[in-house]
Amino acid sequence: MPRLFTLVFLVGCLCWPRNATAAPQAYFYPFVNPYEATVMELPQFFEVKLPEAVPSRRFTLPALPSREIPGVFWYEDGLVCTLTYQDHQAPLVFLIAGTGSSHNSPRMVKLQKVLYQGGFHVISITSPSHMDFVVNASAGLPGDSYDDARDLYRVMELAYEKVRGTIDVSDFLLSGYSLGAFNAAFVAKLDEQQKRFNFRRVLLLNPPVSLYDSVSTLDLLLVENIPGGMEKFDQWFRDALVKLASVTEEMGHTELSGDFLYKAYKRLSPSEENLAALIGLSFRMSSANMIFSADVMNGGGYIVPKNLRLTASSPLTRYAVVSYRTRFEDYFNEYLFPYCQKREPHLTRQDLLDRLDLHAIESYLSNSGKIGLIHNEDDIILLPGQIDYLQGLFGDRARIFPTGGHMGNMLHPEVVSFMIGFLTGKEN
Amino acid sequence: MGYARERMSLLMFIAAALLLVGGCSSLSKNGQDFVPPLRSYETVVKDEKPSMLEVSDSLEGFNRGVYRFNYYFDEYLMLPVVRSYEFILPDYVEDRVSNAIDNINEFGNLTNNLLQLKFAAVGITLGRLIINSTVGVAGLWDPAGSWGLVRQTEDFGQTLAHYGVGNGSYVVLPILGPSNVRDTVGFAADTAAFSLAGPAAWVDDTGITLAFTGTSVVDKRHRIPFRYRQTGSPFEYELLRMLYTMKRDYDVNN
Repeated sequence: MPRLFTLVFLVGCLCWPRNATAAPQAYFYPFVNPYEATVMELPQFFEVKLPEAVPSRRFTLPALPSREIPGVFWYEDGLVCTLTYQDHQAPLVFLIAGTGSSHNSPRMVKLQKVLYQGGFHVISITSPSHMDFVVNASAGLPGDSYDDARDLYRVMELAYEKVRGTIDVSDFLLSGYSLGAFNAAFVAKLDEQQKRFNFRRVLLLNPPVSLYDSVSTLDLLLVENIPGGMEKFDQWFRDALVKLASVTEEMGHTELSGDFLYKAYKRLSPSEENLAALIGLSFRMSSANMIFSADVMNGGGYIVPKNLRLTASSPLTRYAVVSYRTRFEDYFNEYLFPYCQKREPHLTRQDLLDRLDLHAIESYLSNSGKIGLIHNEDDIILLPGQIDYLQGLFGDRARIFPTGGHMGNMLHPEVVSFMIGFLTGKEN
Repeated sequence: MGYARERMSLLMFIAAALLLVGGCSSLSKNGQDFVPPLRSYETVVKDEKPSMLEVSDSLEGFNRGVYRFNYYFDEYLMLPVVRSYEFILPDYVEDRVSNAIDNINEFGNLTNNLLQLKFAAVGITLGRLIINSTVGVAGLWDPAGSWGLVRQTEDFGQTLAHYGVGNGSYVVLPILGPSNVRDTVGFAADTAAFSLAGPAAWVDDTGITLAFTGTSVVDKRHRIPFRYRQTGSPFEYELLRMLYTMKRDYDVNN
């Protein structure tokens, strides 16, 4: 199977000489289109070699004390984390997942392997934007950088308490990708005051600069790329599904492996608009999951009626339809901002926007020698100028690749080598 | 007629499971005395047509109960069995098992293509059956497929749809998962045909039929990549319902 795949890919490369010549010599990356790079995982052929399986186990942290989990979340019973462990003394990396991702999403599992191979223990933590985190571990509404950092910090403390008897830890490190990297920056700042972990190194992988900007950009990818506008969304989705169904039927089987997706992708050869819409859709769905869960956990009033008790058998369809039509901007303006304002009466909308931005902690980020950055020039979540801002902020602690989209190149050998080098303190 | 008794006991088991989950589920109050939320359905949704998420589901409370039962069944029984199966057998052997089962199930494709008067598909299915049962060694391999005779999957649910029967309400079947009224009837008819007039009746051996049924169930789960909670969505039930309905529409139209 891998051999066949390699063959298919090589043939693909031969038919595609433009890419080969355009790529810089030192860093070759097969997808020059950032949407393509973002959707498609790096084909195995280009990926760093990783072990098939690494020693790891799951453990569950109890939900926040005095929290009663509503019946509608009957499947939730504490926050599950993954520990990946070495059999000898090693540094421990806390790894925070990206938007809507859990501790064991495919990308997280790959990063666990990368870090294990680099000689680290890893505790993987579900994103504060994921339903599981919102239900079990968010003290209030998710989205405020400082609140999320506090929630994460508490989870990290509990998680370490839970496993400290079974692993031998030399010191602590912190990392995360996408929204998880953004979270990590604020957690690092918090740790400077709390001093529980005294992180030796913190590595941010493809963070947004302004959460609001990035989220709006991602949402526009959906809204602007559905032919005929969002009113035609159902039709677009149906067509896409029919195409996918016929391709999988032709291929004879379905599996959710990178190779399979790659082949299906090759056959479908979707347009740039469709790729962009797909990215936007995936984001919109993550965001809808978060907003609904947050509303239920905070007593309702936004999507569900206030104080309505939803049970395991309550119909949710209408809430689902509304949630999927709710943009993160709506949530920010109509729910999160009034919620924060109730707590801090003098808070303006601009204040809150500023807080959801790396600018809020820029002096810390630029002066703290322990924080590093990996990013891509063509990352689709950044606005023009933001990559230069990050480069200026982190100076020689930043490694910025010319291509790779939003984390498409995460397992590229060069990216991995910088990652491990920085975390071990052996960069250069 | 040993297989008839075995079917009966399966039915009894399903009925017991239904009662069990049915007892647990209760409909929540409809929120009449509640202040509508800021983003209520009425203020946000202005379309004339219902969204594709809104699938007819008159048994919803009950279905959600079965869904929950299936989640636990999958988690604590089905997946451990499937994992052992995958651990013991090499991938290559698993694929042979899948092929052999598909070959035996060509019986259903044959009858349903006949019932829909799709004679080209009947011919292809017959060709596949003959070639794969002989050259393909009792269906372990699929040489017919590689010669261009593509599997013509049809079931009685599709046959009913072919003659104009609508989906009916969505139904979640215990253990078997997503379905609708039409497809449930279809499944029952296909099962009856298989047992009373098909391969199970030809063999007429309870042990063999039981072994085949068991292996089919494990093989089927082995081939479905879906895992509960993998969507990370509180709307997993709705998403699955929508995708099932769309997939069946596709099957019927192709």
